[in-house]
Amino acid sequence: MNLPVTANSSANGIENEEDEEGQYLTFFLGKEMFAIGILNIKEILEHGQLTTVPMMPDFISGVINLRGAVVPVVGLAARFGGKQSEITKRTCIVIIEVTNDEGKQDIGVVVDAVSEVMEIPASEIEPAPGFGAKIRADFIQGMGKVNDKFVIILNVDKVLSTDELSIVSEAFIQGKSE
Amino acid sequence: MDLDSALLTYIAEGRELLEEMEDILLRLEHEEDKQESLNAIFRAAHTIKGSAGLFGLDDIVAFTHGVESLLDQMREGTMVLKPTITTLLLSSRDHISDLIDYVEAGGNKITDTLREKGDELTQQLNDLGVGVNQTAPETGVQKGLAPAPTETVSRVSGSHAESDNWHISLRFGPSSLCDGMDPLSFLRYLGTLGEIVNIKTLDDGIPPAEDMDSEACYLGFEVNFKSNADKQTIENVFDFIREESLVRILPPRSELADYIAHIHELPEEDMRLGEILVRSGSLTQLELDEALRQQSALQAQETSLPLGNIVVESGMTTQTVLDAAVAKQSQVREGKSKEAQSVRVDAEKLDELINLVGELVIAGAGSALNAMTTGNNVLIESVSILNGLVEEVRDSALRLRMVQIGATFNRFQRVVRDVSQELGKEIDLIITGAETELDKTVIEKIGDPLMHLVRNSIDHGIESPDLRQAQGKTSSGTLRLNAYHDSGSIVIEVSDDGAGLNRDRIQQKAIEKELITAEQQLEDQEIYNLIFEPGFSTADAVTNLSGRGVGMDVVKRNIEALRGSVELTSVPGKGTTFRVRMPLTLAIIDGFLVGVDKSSFVVPLDMVLECVELNQTNREDSVDRNYINLRGEVLPFIRLRELYMAGGVAPRRENVVVVQYGGNKAGLVVDHLLGEFQTVIKPLGNIFRHVKGVSGSTILGNGAVALILDVPGLVQEVASMEMRAMNSAA
Repeated sequence: MNLPVTANSSANGIENEEDEEGQYLTFFLGKEMFAIGILNIKEILEHGQLTTVPMMPDFISGVINLRGAVVPVVGLAARFGGKQSEITKRTCIVIIEVTNDEGKQDIGVVVDAVSEVMEIPASEIEPAPGFGAKIRADFIQGMGKVNDKFVIILNVDKVLSTDELSIVSEAFIQGKSE
Repeated sequence: MDLDSALLTYIAEGRELLEEMEDILLRLEHEEDKQESLNAIFRAAHTIKGSAGLFGLDDIVAFTHGVESLLDQMREGTMVLKPTITTLLLSSRDHISDLIDYVEAGGNKITDTLREKGDELTQQLNDLGVGVNQTAPETGVQKGLAPAPTETVSRVSGSHAESDNWHISLRFGPSSLCDGMDPLSFLRYLGTLGEIVNIKTLDDGIPPAEDMDSEACYLGFEVNFKSNADKQTIENVFDFIREESLVRILPPRSELADYIAHIHELPEEDMRLGEILVRSGSLTQLELDEALRQQSALQAQETSLPLGNIVVESGMTTQTVLDAAVAKQSQVREGKSKEAQSVRVDAEKLDELINLVGELVIAGAGSALNAMTTGNNVLIESVSILNGLVEEVRDSALRLRMVQIGATFNRFQRVVRDVSQELGKEIDLIITGAETELDKTVIEKIGDPLMHLVRNSIDHGIESPDLRQAQGKTSSGTLRLNAYHDSGSIVIEVSDDGAGLNRDRIQQKAIEKELITAEQQLEDQEIYNLIFEPGFSTADAVTNLSGRGVGMDVVKRNIEALRGSVELTSVPGKGTTFRVRMPLTLAIIDGFLVGVDKSSFVVPLDMVLECVELNQTNREDSVDRNYINLRGEVLPFIRLRELYMAGGVAPRRENVVVVQYGGNKAGLVVDHLLGEFQTVIKPLGNIFRHVKGVSGSTILGNGAVALILDVPGLVQEVASMEMRAMNSAA
């Protein structure tokens, strides 16, 4: 009697774990849908009171005041080499916790609209294509299948790597002043 | 009690004591009455050793022991202070410090380099005639050489115990365990001083189980101990428990009467104690019997003999001497407690408080803004009172972090001594303004640049004694460190009375390095400032102190990174003075808020000289040229709108904020002047570290983020941009 029960519960446990790992926040940049693992996300704010920092590349939208801390904000569309879309009522800033060598840092990203929190089981995630996504391959953690469409699951630690952002900014500033 | 935290306390305390040792050692040579200072050093060394023993840090114990012995001899006057001894003691101090660092780093077994260093120093200590090894633990070779017990002595006088060993009676106080005094660690430490021949644990003190307090210590020990250490050393083992516990130490071959007195002093019954003494090997049965006989005889005598006058007299003298000693001791203690009237607070807690106060200031500014919009006078009034108080809280919170610069200055005593000896120069260090206070974070960061300046002055500034005498100066040079407050910043001066800067050589070198061209006509001051240029170094011979060309430009950059500035004045043949100007605190500044289009910027208020309107005439004149006529003076300016591409259209009335930095003036053209603002500096983070002209950010009352302008950086950036534009045009 005991055996099947334990097997069952442990199976449940695995399933639960998978569920947790498989939760993603989906959002739109233009018409394209992206996803970020929910564990990285701290909060979602309305877009507002963004202070631009001069001489920075376009994808650094500026800084905001997050309850007393000054947090940099990255325009995600511009980061992928596209154009930052107009700010609308649905534009949001998603605060994401990024882990790097120096520890954890909060960075905001501007997205056009936040959609919903979804469960994407691991079996429904395909590896990133070698090319064709028009986004650097290392930015993509995987391609999730949702309703027969592909959702790009982003690797936030790469997309928002402070080291890289700072190097790109430096190159930008130097290029500009030369 | 957590041992780790106790160890941390030991490390912190050890460092303090070592610092104290160093201070005193450096002072010692100039002191008339050295006794007090020697005592203080001895105490410091002794405490370090004693506590190290408690933690089982044998390496520290072994090494410090040698140092202590030398100090002891000096204290007793058998060893006279010489500069070589001071040097040896200083390097020993450094070694102890290294050992403590090693302990902190979590090392168990010391590295070979450390051990070699230690052995070398110990050897030197030995050469000075200190009997280090006689009592030092860990030196097994020496143990064998201990003088053979002289049997004859005990045989001659029958009332001596024959044992060659010490007898130690310990009755630990009930609170010993609670105080972290583990009996075992004392015994273990005792074991490092010699051999514990026999130990008897007394459990008489243990009450019935139901009355027993599980945290109390009821144990006593009778220890038969073989060692060549002197009584003082053995007593010192028990320094920490003397108040709470009962410690009796009988030297080898004591009079039997002493044993009797000893037995009386202990709380257990005499007979039982006697047996223990016999069993622990301190007394033989015969000796005990003899002792007991003597005791009864003594009692009989005491009753019959009235106390003689002599005894009374001698007793009184002892009493006076005792009183004097006690008075002396309490004086020392009072002096100590006066110094120690401070509370040690975790720096992190303090930072947290300062952060919170920062938030409070921001929130206060926000409330003031909201109150203004309501137009409710009563509310406005009360909010402004509140904000006044908040500002006071801010000021005193910041003062909590203020530390006197003296400790930092004193560190240089050592540097000056070492470096000048190395270079064969004679240099006196004169410190003034040691009580000047500044923020702890600034102090921590100013040390390195200052060190560089001091070394530079010793190396390049002050001449060798011969040269000085040839020039009619005193053979010993003077280096001065001075600090004072000046309008919201602290100024630290490093000045020497050396040769001064060599204008021609600097110019020549700068031409060589293509920093300037030969045709350029430069003022003296401009030439002097060249030494702050990257890759500049004038030392003809590269010494290991400075002169690697990483000198002054790094100093300048580090100081500027702290929002400070450095300047120098130099008179040929008279000396050079470096003047470092630093903000008092890195956390909050008084700012001046300006607006361009919708963005706000903060200019540090101490840089703002005045504000003038950019009037119509000026505007027309300055369409192409970026300068205005400020009461007959040419004032170049920067249009923040253009520079930052802030967008929007300039309003009809623009303003010029006249800023001053490092002797230069410039104007910043802005749309609006928004007035003074308490600016809590928030770092901008790594991503923005390459942005020029912005030093940080702050949060305004309305919750928006404003950038703090770094005026010198801004001007530099604009100047180089213009330069490039002209170059590409040509």
